[in-house]
Amino acid sequence: MPGSPIVFFILAAVAVGTAIGMLLSRNALYSALFLALNFAAVAMLYLILGAPFIALSQITVYAGSIMVLFLFVIMLLGADNLPSGDQLRWQPLLAIPLIVILAADFAINLFRRSSELVGVVTLPENFGDPAAIGTVLFTQYMLPFEVTAVILLSATIGAIMLAKPDQLSPGERARKVRGAPRNVDGVTGLEVPQPTNGQGTQETELEKTASAADR
Amino acid sequence: MVPVTYYLALSAVMFVLGIFGVLLRRNPLVIFMSLELMFNAANLVFVTFARMYGAIEGQIVVFFVMSVAAAEVAIGLALMVEIFRTKHSIDMDQLNTLKG
Repeated sequence: MPGSPIVFFILAAVAVGTAIGMLLSRNALYSALFLALNFAAVAMLYLILGAPFIALSQITVYAGSIMVLFLFVIMLLGADNLPSGDQLRWQPLLAIPLIVILAADFAINLFRRSSELVGVVTLPENFGDPAAIGTVLFTQYMLPFEVTAVILLSATIGAIMLAKPDQLSPGERARKVRGAPRNVDGVTGLEVPQPTNGQGTQETELEKTASAADR
Repeated sequence: MVPVTYYLALSAVMFVLGIFGVLLRRNPLVIFMSLELMFNAANLVFVTFARMYGAIEGQIVVFFVMSVAAAEVAIGLALMVEIFRTKHSIDMDQLNTLKG
């Protein structure tokens, strides 16, 4: 495997350290920034492993757009310092043994079968560059690529539908506008305030008392 | 020279840390970030084996994982904004409205 051990250990220490920092920081904003640093460190590892296109996609897609999305939502919701109530007390008691079992499983398999992981091939000259990736992507993996396009499109539409504040259909909106006519200036299209002469408020007061009497 | 095992061990450590975050943190934003960390660990294994066997397919899989993860994050964060709008809280343990 390529890469000098010093560089690998520095990058691995940064990756693990930032992951731990992400888990332990109380403020979600710091978690997001730790995670961005972690993505950058892993992107460096991808570069060492002969995947320059993947490394730079990692930087632009993960450390760029996804982290910006996270930061937007954290700041939008003000969720950076959530109060930590303690419901579900039994959950850590169940989770920690399961995590330990999983880690032990990984370790055992890694040590027992590491002898099979020998024989690294020498790479061709243009392994992993954008031209090589694109050639395989647009010939052999054309169908998955198109499916990914559909997934991204549906995710976009779903996110817009979920985040839309007003859930009225166009017909309902038109009816609502017709039901409440407004004084609109013909030239500017701006709303002109109703002339207040006390009559309107009196009528609504009457209607209110009438409806109350009906009830 | 760094053996393949080191890369796999680093990936396993990152994956376990991600599971730690998913199971033990209660802020759903941090849970999402831990999920991203686990995706990242899996991607590291794919790239490592792509390098080991000289197979470009491993990197193609990473590309697909990245795009699906981007879609997942967009939907998840939109859902979270909507939950916050209706419940005014996004504590994970309070999302028990569907409980019978």
